[in-house]
Amino acid sequence: MREHRKKTKQRLGIRLWLSGGWLLVLIAIALLAPWISPKNPLEQDLFAARLPPFWMAGAEPGFWLGTDSLGRDVLSRILEGSRIALLVAFIAGTATCLIGATLGMIAGFYRGWADRIISRFVDIWMAFPPVLFAILLVAVIGTGLTSIIIAIVVIDWTRFCRVVRAEAMTQGQMDYVASAQVAGQKRFGIMIAEILPNVIPTIVALLTLEMGIAIIVETILSFVNLSISSDAPTWGGMIAEGRTSIYQAWWVLIFPLIVLFLTVLSFSQFGEGLKDRYDPVLR
Amino acid sequence: MSIDCPVYQVQNLHLSLADMTQKSFFGSAPQINILKDISFDIMKGEVLGIVGGSGSGKSTLGRTMIRLLEPSQGRIFFEGQDITHLPEENLRPLRHRFQMIFQDPMSSLNPRRKVGRIIEGPLKLHGFDRISERMAEALDLVGLPRSFQGRYPHELSGGQRQRVGIARAIATRPDFILADEIVSGLDVSSQAQVLNLLADLVRELGLTLAFISHDLAVIRRLCSRVLVLKHGQIVELSTTERLFEAPSSDYTRELLNAIPLPDPDQIWATN
Repeated sequence: MREHRKKTKQRLGIRLWLSGGWLLVLIAIALLAPWISPKNPLEQDLFAARLPPFWMAGAEPGFWLGTDSLGRDVLSRILEGSRIALLVAFIAGTATCLIGATLGMIAGFYRGWADRIISRFVDIWMAFPPVLFAILLVAVIGTGLTSIIIAIVVIDWTRFCRVVRAEAMTQGQMDYVASAQVAGQKRFGIMIAEILPNVIPTIVALLTLEMGIAIIVETILSFVNLSISSDAPTWGGMIAEGRTSIYQAWWVLIFPLIVLFLTVLSFSQFGEGLKDRYDPVLR
Repeated sequence: MSIDCPVYQVQNLHLSLADMTQKSFFGSAPQINILKDISFDIMKGEVLGIVGGSGSGKSTLGRTMIRLLEPSQGRIFFEGQDITHLPEENLRPLRHRFQMIFQDPMSSLNPRRKVGRIIEGPLKLHGFDRISERMAEALDLVGLPRSFQGRYPHELSGGQRQRVGIARAIATRPDFILADEIVSGLDVSSQAQVLNLLADLVRELGLTLAFISHDLAVIRRLCSRVLVLKHGQIVELSTTERLFEAPSSDYTRELLNAIPLPDPDQIWATN
């Protein structure tokens, strides 16, 4: 029994370490990007266009992952792109979480008219196709980092709201809530001190998931050219550019895609890992 | 306070709730009367048993008494004070004087709080002094080692969890405790332990208790008076002895016959 328990814990640990490790490396890269990039990510050189990655014939030293059709260094652009990706992930993810979870808690715990208003609002909101909605939004308020973050918050807060509302409702039915009321706890106090600790694991898991989703939404917007200006290197922008020359220079598409995939995966796994590791009920 | 001062006076209590299953698409839902014209007193130091089959309204009655529910008619007095329609803010200062022990100890203990903090909860809310000392005392009283204060509820057994529930209820030294089916979720040996513990506490601390159960055998061990509920009405209210010797209603007799006996030929009246 004991040994069995130990084994499970170790496996969970590896998941947490791998995903957390990747995210840490990424954060370090984002912070140090201007100093560790081998080339200037914006510098074009048409004579060095579509150079293959280092292990292939025709590669040039210094361009480790090759160059795109304008001769810009793919590796440097990926490193530089991590800044925007992480910025979007953290700011948009946190803002989405705060707004959605707050409304969800209020709806699920207080019920009544607050719940009716918030829930109807969410229903209406979710009837819009999200990506179309984002495109529309960015088209209206203009491109740029702030617009992207606003677009992500506006699209995704409903996800938090729904899940947190359901969770708060379930927890609200438990006897420990009645018990806190018998003890003389105020309603707001019950929500913060009794319900919230039981909803936090769900919120954390959702938050990390949302950070991954935020990166994907940013990628989608870059793909349709509605993200940051096309000069600034973003992973989505690189993938969109790489698509046009997939037969001549696949590396322009593949490398950012791998990085994107690993990052989104790490975010979701990190959340799950945290939940398993630090939730006293599951431990 | 003298022994004949009533802690609770319940007068002509009615409670009805909307029946959402019968609600028509338009218009309001019909009301179901859950409690009908219930009157009784609970004296200081008394243990009142409340029995009845499932759906008889016994839990509803209990929850109305400690004002988790608001009655539709009638009056409830707690130590002479009318609490029938007292708003929650005015009720709050009184809250530490009537506590509740819940049926399901897993659900009534917050899974993400350690036992110590669970017991301290009501003490902190009402500004008691020597909080950790009182918490430790409560643990002693329910027979749990003090080291348990650092544990989470899921690390305890069912009987231990219910003891934590009892410790939380007695920590504020309330004038009244409502115990709602507190042993029905436990296995037989834990049931016996928890009942013995409660009987000891009643004696040591002079607790006033309303003990809700569907099981007359459990009531018999603990209670001085018994109130029998059927479909939200009192069918019998008498001392435990009299109830077991000479039940006056058919329903009580039915409940008595439902008690499984170690010896089927035993006659309750002979002891």
